[in-house]
Amino acid sequence: MTVSGREARAGWLFLLPWVIGFLAFTAGPMLFSLWLSLTHYDMLKPPAFVGLENYREALADERVGTAMWNTVFFTALHVPSQIVLALGLASLLRRAGRGSGFFRTILYLPVMTPPVALAAMFLLLLNGQHGAVNGFLGWFGFQGPNWTTDPAWIKPGLVVMGLWTVGSTAVLYLAALTRVPVERYEAARLDGASPWRQFWHVTLPGISGTVYFTVVVNTIASLQVFTEAYAMFFGARAKQSAEGDAALFYVIHLFQEAFGSLRMGYASALAWGLFAVIAVITAVQVRLSRRYVHYEGDRS
Amino acid sequence: MRGRLLTVVLVVPALVVAGCGGLGSDTSDALVTMGFGLPDEHATARVAVFREANPGVDLRITEGAFDEQQFLSAVAAGDPPDLVYAERRKLGGYAARGAVQSLDACVREHGVDLGRFRDAALRQVTYQGGVYGLPEFSSVRLMIINNPVVRAAGLDPAALSTSDWAGMGALTDRLKEVGDGRVERIGFDPKVPEFLPLWAKANGAELIGPGARLDDPRVVEAVRHTTDLVARQGGWASFKAFRDTFDQFGANNQYVTGQLAAMPMDSWYLNTLATNSPDADVTIVPFTDRDGRVLTESGGQAWAIPKGARHPELACRFLVTMTDTPTWVTAATARRDALAKAGRPYGGTFTGNREADERIFGEVFDPRGNPILAKGVPVVLSLQDKAFALPPSPAASELVRAWEGAVNRVLVGQQSPEEAMAQAQREAERALKRVGGR
Repeated sequence: MTVSGREARAGWLFLLPWVIGFLAFTAGPMLFSLWLSLTHYDMLKPPAFVGLENYREALADERVGTAMWNTVFFTALHVPSQIVLALGLASLLRRAGRGSGFFRTILYLPVMTPPVALAAMFLLLLNGQHGAVNGFLGWFGFQGPNWTTDPAWIKPGLVVMGLWTVGSTAVLYLAALTRVPVERYEAARLDGASPWRQFWHVTLPGISGTVYFTVVVNTIASLQVFTEAYAMFFGARAKQSAEGDAALFYVIHLFQEAFGSLRMGYASALAWGLFAVIAVITAVQVRLSRRYVHYEGDRS
Repeated sequence: MRGRLLTVVLVVPALVVAGCGGLGSDTSDALVTMGFGLPDEHATARVAVFREANPGVDLRITEGAFDEQQFLSAVAAGDPPDLVYAERRKLGGYAARGAVQSLDACVREHGVDLGRFRDAALRQVTYQGGVYGLPEFSSVRLMIINNPVVRAAGLDPAALSTSDWAGMGALTDRLKEVGDGRVERIGFDPKVPEFLPLWAKANGAELIGPGARLDDPRVVEAVRHTTDLVARQGGWASFKAFRDTFDQFGANNQYVTGQLAAMPMDSWYLNTLATNSPDADVTIVPFTDRDGRVLTESGGQAWAIPKGARHPELACRFLVTMTDTPTWVTAATARRDALAKAGRPYGGTFTGNREADERIFGEVFDPRGNPILAKGVPVVLSLQDKAFALPPSPAASELVRAWEGAVNRVLVGQQSPEEAMAQAQREAERALKRVGGR
């Protein structure tokens, strides 16, 4: 056996636990759910093959349309607001000097709040009648909306709540900002570039790889939004959100079909539908990244 | 070197897997329950009765609220608990799906007199002629009226009625307090969508059962009536946001603070009020239908034995003991004594067992002059045998979701009552067809 062959074998042996885990806990369940999506299965009787019936039903299901619209709308609000705020905070942190470590910790702490506790807290903070957020707005003469009960404001309210965990993205941006060479700013300043032009032509290209990564990851996470919305609007006993369908996100609908109606086959079809949507959106993002994302040492 | 490498790669995952296998403890000889907790003497004293009578049984109460997903997954995996404690209205669906066993043989062998259970409670656990559960607690729905608020509006609390639907709007307007987009007081809370079955029944319509339709004009009228009451009190968004601020289980509840004038409510809330705000001045009267007849809906839990339970005979003995009359009396006595030690009144225990209630309220009941209990308990007792209950349905969860979703869409202005209930009917038909076809 050659040296490289032995190394390859050792490499695979080291990888074996992960490979086994991947096959048993990711690839296996995915393939099983693909099979289930072609069946009727209520967990108590064996699956019965029905071909593409579940997919046809999903296309005709009015709640799927509502849930998908809610999810895409939320994503379109949530991802840009996360990125803009995280970038702003990271820029401030970079200027924090010796206090940077302290502020970085403070900024990251909320990320560790359990999502259900977060949802319970924001139900109080965002209460339209006596919540702290509207109390704060009231100081400036604004009468805040009913964030948690008015269908028009539920998704913006959830976006506001989502900003609580902006620290994880901000920390990534801070790391990226520190890697942008100082000489480029010096050169830009010598050329008379304003702070805005420096940001646009030096900072943004310099951190575009990180921005791209966070856009992709946050988009996928937003399209799978579930825990906070479920805890806030559906709860343990509620069969249905009391705010109509405004908080019915795609994964919540999927969950209700699976564990409320015991339609594992249909829910599996819904899951593969979401997988397809995420795959298409991610593919578009990858394609766009070739034009807008720059990496150090990239000659293209 | 290679040998050591191989050892590490193979042994570590093996240890991990072996470790995972050791997390659970063997429960093959234990009698295991699901969905039941031990929060007070009603639970602990009854469990003690069973343990005393069956000292050799390793009873394991897995505390926590009933979780449908957990339960059905356990049944599907062939590893169910021996007993499950769940809402009665869900049992029909589980019976239809074969997730719980018939208790007919159990009842026969233990000589259980089913006649001692209240009719509405027993109907909820009876599916296609077979009994699938034994009823536990039993609550009914009644009106709780805030006297000071209603009197301040120049009205007589005792005369406040839910029968005159045409007049309820004006009544609500007199009792509410809404200004500048802010709700300061709810005049009348119809408690929809949760109480829609009661309102529909008040208008002569059923939501579940042969011939029942969610788009029945009488159901649509009930939806319109109740959602209109909400709309005239600031609209759903403000109404619910205000209601969410109630300290419902505290001393500063909505009756004490004057945030609410009147609402229909479950009877268990009387005990909450009596404990937390014994001086709250309230009137407790039955809910009435449009013809002025007394009407109430019954609800509660039941014990059942899942399909594939390892110890069905022991499980049968357990649920018979837990719902037996002497056991209930023992628990009620223990509860009363514990409350007495804290200087608190005992408002009685409302069960699905008529015989037990007669003894509890005849021998154990100790209101200690609490005015809420003194007024409320006789009303509850008078309603228990007049109650209706949602009948069992194999698609109960889906049906409830369909009509609650429909009412919510009307409340937020997404649909008219006709459109919403028509959609709910379509969803209900699909759900029933699925279950029937499978």
